[in-house]
Amino acid sequence: MEHTKVRVDDFETRSQHLHELTDAELKARFWQLIHEVVNPLLDLAQKNTSPSIERSVLLRMGFSSLEAKDLVQKAMDHQLMGKGVGHLVFRLAQIEKTDIRTAGMKLLKDEGWNRLASEFGVK
Amino acid sequence: MRPNEKIDIKALLENLENYVPRRSGWTWRKPVPNLKLGTYQYQDCSEPLKNSVAPLAAKSFGFIDPQPLQVITTEIASGRFEDDIRRMRMAAWHGADHIMVIRTAGQSHFDGLIEGTPQGVGGVPITRKQIRASRKALDLIEDEVGRPINFHSYVSGVAGPEIAVMYAEEGVNGAHQDPQYNVLYRNINMIRSFVDAAESKTIMAKANMLQIDGAHNANATAKEAWKVMPELLVQHGINCAFSVLAGMKKENVALSTVPPTASPAPDLKVNLPYAVALRDLFDGYRMRAQMNTKYMESSTREATVTHVLNMMISKLTSADIQSTITPDEGRNVPWHMYNIEACDTAKQALIGMDGLSDLVEVRKDGYMKTKVREIKERAVLFLEEMLSVGGYFEAVEKGFFIDSGIFPERNGDGIVRKINGGIGAGSIYLRDDDYFAPVPAHFGYNNVKQYGIDELTNPAVLIGGSTFEDRKKIQYIDELDENDNVNRRIEETEKYFSDSVITPEVQWRGDGTVVVDLTIPADLRTAQAAALEIGKRMNLKDVELIHKEILHPAEATRIQLKGRLDLDIDVKKLVIPDEPVRMTDEEITAFVHDHPLKIVAATVGEDEHSVGLREIIDIKHGGIEKYGIECVYLGTSVPVDKLVDAAVETNADAILLSTIISHDDIHYKNMKKTHEYAIERGVRNRFLIIAGGTQVTPEIAVEQGIDGGFGRGTRGVDVATFLVNHYKMKE
Repeated sequence: MEHTKVRVDDFETRSQHLHELTDAELKARFWQLIHEVVNPLLDLAQKNTSPSIERSVLLRMGFSSLEAKDLVQKAMDHQLMGKGVGHLVFRLAQIEKTDIRTAGMKLLKDEGWNRLASEFGVK
Repeated sequence: MRPNEKIDIKALLENLENYVPRRSGWTWRKPVPNLKLGTYQYQDCSEPLKNSVAPLAAKSFGFIDPQPLQVITTEIASGRFEDDIRRMRMAAWHGADHIMVIRTAGQSHFDGLIEGTPQGVGGVPITRKQIRASRKALDLIEDEVGRPINFHSYVSGVAGPEIAVMYAEEGVNGAHQDPQYNVLYRNINMIRSFVDAAESKTIMAKANMLQIDGAHNANATAKEAWKVMPELLVQHGINCAFSVLAGMKKENVALSTVPPTASPAPDLKVNLPYAVALRDLFDGYRMRAQMNTKYMESSTREATVTHVLNMMISKLTSADIQSTITPDEGRNVPWHMYNIEACDTAKQALIGMDGLSDLVEVRKDGYMKTKVREIKERAVLFLEEMLSVGGYFEAVEKGFFIDSGIFPERNGDGIVRKINGGIGAGSIYLRDDDYFAPVPAHFGYNNVKQYGIDELTNPAVLIGGSTFEDRKKIQYIDELDENDNVNRRIEETEKYFSDSVITPEVQWRGDGTVVVDLTIPADLRTAQAAALEIGKRMNLKDVELIHKEILHPAEATRIQLKGRLDLDIDVKKLVIPDEPVRMTDEEITAFVHDHPLKIVAATVGEDEHSVGLREIIDIKHGGIEKYGIECVYLGTSVPVDKLVDAAVETNADAILLSTIISHDDIHYKNMKKTHEYAIERGVRNRFLIIAGGTQVTPEIAVEQGIDGGFGRGTRGVDVATFLVNHYKMKE
C-alpha cells in the first residue's frame, strides 16, 4: 500500500476487505493493529534511558532537582549514562562505605568519577 | 476555615517544607441511586455537598443543589497560584472537584524541574512549592465543601519523569500524559518522548493517579476539525495501549474525548456516531468529556450553547469526567467568573438531563449503525497504512497526523516531525547490561540481580528506601529567584490583603479589570471606535475590545470592552445597610392575634402577573395569611384608584401593590400615583402602602412616597415582619 500525500477519499474501495468482519472482529482488528504499532515503542523504552529518567531516579534517591541536574550532566560528560546515574551514586557509596547523599555530594564536587570509570571499565 | 472568611494565603505559605499530602491517587464521586431532594427523585446524582452555591433558580425549589455523577473539571491558568487558589475555592462551591492547573508557556521545553514561585504566562510554572501550597489549600477547601477534590496538571515535555516523581511525592491526583502531545504539538523528539513516557506512566501508576491523554488537541489543531475522527481513535488507542503496557490500570486511563464539530454544523449528527464508536472500542477505559474549543469565538453565549450540546453527547453516551471550558477562553485567559459560569453550566445541564437514559435511547440501526461502523473502519485503515510505511515514527515523518482529510482522504497538510529531529534529539542512551537504578516504579531493564535481589523486590531496599517510602528524603527548595516570587507579589498587592480596601478583579488580586457591555447604535467600524472612546472617557486604563457582535449592519453593534479601573474603595466609608431582620413565626402570629391586621392587595396598572403576589399572600405558599392576617385580593390589572378605594372601604391597615412590568419605570410611577391619590382623597395616613416586584429597589420605592418596597427574593415573612414592626412602633 503506497502512501501518497494527497488523495481523494477512496474509503469505499479501500475498506472492502473489512466489510466481512463482524463488529467484534473489527474491534479485535483495531486493537491488534494498535499493539503492532505500540510494541516496538515499548521495546525502545525497555532498553533505553534519558537524562530526565535518570534525574527522576536521583530525585527518588533523595537528591534535589538542582543536584540531579548536575549529576546527570556530569555522568553524560563521563560517558557513564549507560550504567544509570543512580547506579553511579550507589556504587560509589558502596565502594567508599558512605551514605547515598555523601556519595552524591562527592560526585558533584567532581570527585570519584575516575574511580567509577575504572570500576565499570569505561575509558 | 469559615465560609464567611477569606482563605489566608499568607498562612498557607508558612511551613510548606513540612507539608504532607493527606492522600494520593484519584477519587470519584459517591453515587447516590434514587437520591431524593425536595420533591424530586434523581437517577444520576452523587452525594450532595456540605457547602455550595446552588443555581439561582433553586430558590423556587427549596434551595436544593443536586450534584451530578460526573466529576466536574475546571481549568485555571492565571499565572499566579496564590490567586488561582482563591478561584479553586469559588469553583469548588460551584461543583468542581477536579482542579486542572495549566502550565506556563514554555515549561514543556524546560529541561528539569522549575523551583520556587515565579509568575507564569497562560498558566503557572509548575513547581514543588506551588503544588504544595495549592494541595494544602485544597485540603481546606475539600473539608469545607465536603467532597474530595482532585488536583491535576501535566506530565509532558522533556522533564516528564521528574515531574511525575514530584507529583507522586506531593499527592497530585491526576495528570495529562501522552507522548504524542510532545511529538505533534511541542516538537519534542519522538524517541525521547516515548522512552520518557513509559517511565512517567509507571510512576503515575504507582501513585494511582488518573491519566488523561492529549488526543483532543488534534481536534483543536486540525483545519477541518471533525475530519480527524479516524485519527483521534488511533491516537487514543496508542496512548491507552502504551499506558496499560507500562503498568497503568485501565480504570485509571482516561480518554480526553471531544465532540469534533459544533453548530452551525449539524452537531449531533456528526458528534454522536463518533462518540458511540469511541465508547464501543474503548470499553473499560474512562471517558473525560472535553468540550469543543475549535469553534470558539469571543461570544460567551455561543460557547455555552456548544458546551451544553456537548453535554447532551455525554449524557446520551457516557462520561466519567465532565470537563468545562470557560466561555471566555476564545478571548482571554480564563477569568474567575467564567470558571464559575462553566461549572454552573455543567451542573445545570447535567442535572437538567438527569435520567435521560430512561427517556430516550440512541438508535443502533439506520444512519447511526452505518456511521459508527464507517468511523471504526476508517481508523482501522489508518492503522493499516501506518504499519505499511513502517510504524509510528515513519507515519509521523510522512505527515499522517493532523491532516485535514478524513482518512483515507489526504490533504497533505499534516504535521511532519523527523525521527531524529526536535528538542531532545539524540538524548537517548542505551542501557548497558549492568544498568541499574535503586528505586521503585522504574520502567524497563534494571539489573538488580548483580546486587543480589530479585525483580519482585523493591530495589530501594538497597538504599534504605526511596522518597516514596520515606518522604523525609525529599529535598524541598523554597525559592531560587529573589525578585520573581510570591512574596514580592504579595508585597505589591499588600493593601488588598486587608479587608478595608477593595478594587474589582478578574484574575489577580488588585488587577482592577472591569468589563463594560455596550449596545452602540452604529455600524461595526464606527461602533468599535466609539466604544474605545467611551472606555477612555469612563476613565478606564488599557481599554481593549474583547467582543463585538453585529445586531444589525446599520442599526446597532454590541461591544464588550475591558479596561482597568484605577480606584480603591475604602470599605470603612461604605454605607452598608443592615440585613433585614426576620421575626419568628411565633412572634408574628402572637402579635396578629392581639392586634388583628387586614390588607388589600392587587397587581396594579396593565399588569397581569399574579404569581409573586400570591406567594406573598397565600397560606399554601407560606404567605402572610398563615399568621392570621386578613387578606383581600383584588386581582391583576387593577387601577390604583380602585385599590385605594378598596382599602378605605374595607378599613385595611395596609395596601400591598405588586408591579412586575418595569418598562419606562412604570412600576415606580404607579407607586407614586397610589401615594398621591391617597393624599388627594385625604386617606394617606389611614394605612401603609407597600410595593413589591422583581425589579423593585426598596430605596427607590420609598422615594416615591410609599412606606416600603420589596424586591426579588422577598417572602411573606419579610412583609409580615415589616407590618408588625410598624404597628408595634405605633403602639
